[in-house]
Amino acid sequence: MDSKASDRYVPAAARSVKILVLGPFAVGKTTYVRSVSEIRPMRTEERMTRAGELIDDLGDLREKTTTTVAMDFGRLTLAGDIVLYLFGAPGQPRFRGMVRSLMEGALGGLVLADTRRLDQSFEAIDLLEDARLPYTVAINTFDGAPAYGDAELRDALTLDPGTPLVLLDARDRASSVQGLVTLVSHILARPDLEPV
Amino acid sequence: MTRRSHRRRGMVRSYTATGGRAIPSRATLDEATLLKADPKLPMAGLNAQSHRVMDLCRAGVLSVAEVAAHLQMPGAVTKVIVSALVDSGHLVAVAPFVPAAQKHDREFLKKVLRGLQSI
Repeated sequence: MDSKASDRYVPAAARSVKILVLGPFAVGKTTYVRSVSEIRPMRTEERMTRAGELIDDLGDLREKTTTTVAMDFGRLTLAGDIVLYLFGAPGQPRFRGMVRSLMEGALGGLVLADTRRLDQSFEAIDLLEDARLPYTVAINTFDGAPAYGDAELRDALTLDPGTPLVLLDARDRASSVQGLVTLVSHILARPDLEPV
Repeated sequence: MTRRSHRRRGMVRSYTATGGRAIPSRATLDEATLLKADPKLPMAGLNAQSHRVMDLCRAGVLSVAEVAAHLQMPGAVTKVIVSALVDSGHLVAVAPFVPAAQKHDREFLKKVLRGLQSI
């Protein structure tokens, strides 16, 4: 990055939170991260070897070799020295192991979906439910893609009534941020967050 | 509670229980963990890769993922180097916030929400 040092670093007293952006190939994850991020989205190379953590999923074993995958991420500094990191995680089933390890320490997930291929977002939804992470499903409204009503979409996605479903345009910042507002509101509404 | 969620919570708890100081284990070093350099510790004796990490981190606070991206190092390699620097005290690691059933955590999440709403 060639940005100024003051733009590069986060506040010294910052606390970070991590949110994952999940969904199938070409659903708009990179676009979404770019829209929301205050820095030019960055990319790290992750090696997909987490053998041992995933022995409960023998179907993955073939893939656990030395494959590497690039992962996009962005950053958003909020008032009160809070820094939100967004990680766009690859959606293909063979990256399951990497996504699972990325879920450790995450606040929740935003699942992007395309109405032309809603079924392709099931993978992400299943992973989030397995990890018991709160999530919100966001339909990325592509030009020319069919529009459906809320009930139809929920039915097609077999969404739990308590799971938020929003429409957004991943190219638009305000619209994209709204997806995060919905997700964090949903996390706050969880009964296990009530004071004990 | 299932085995998996137990493990997930356990990892985070043991990590935060140390007051943000990382346990010397790569498994607990998150991509979103923030790294703060201790400027008082000498850099003599550090290898070249560790030097590059410290040069970057001494100028300000960054996440593990950003260190990897800036230095164009794979995430796994970055975590190994950073873990060692945390062990030696050169870096202090602060794990990302994960809510527990505590009032304090709820207040923090409300701050996150307000921050997003004011964008």
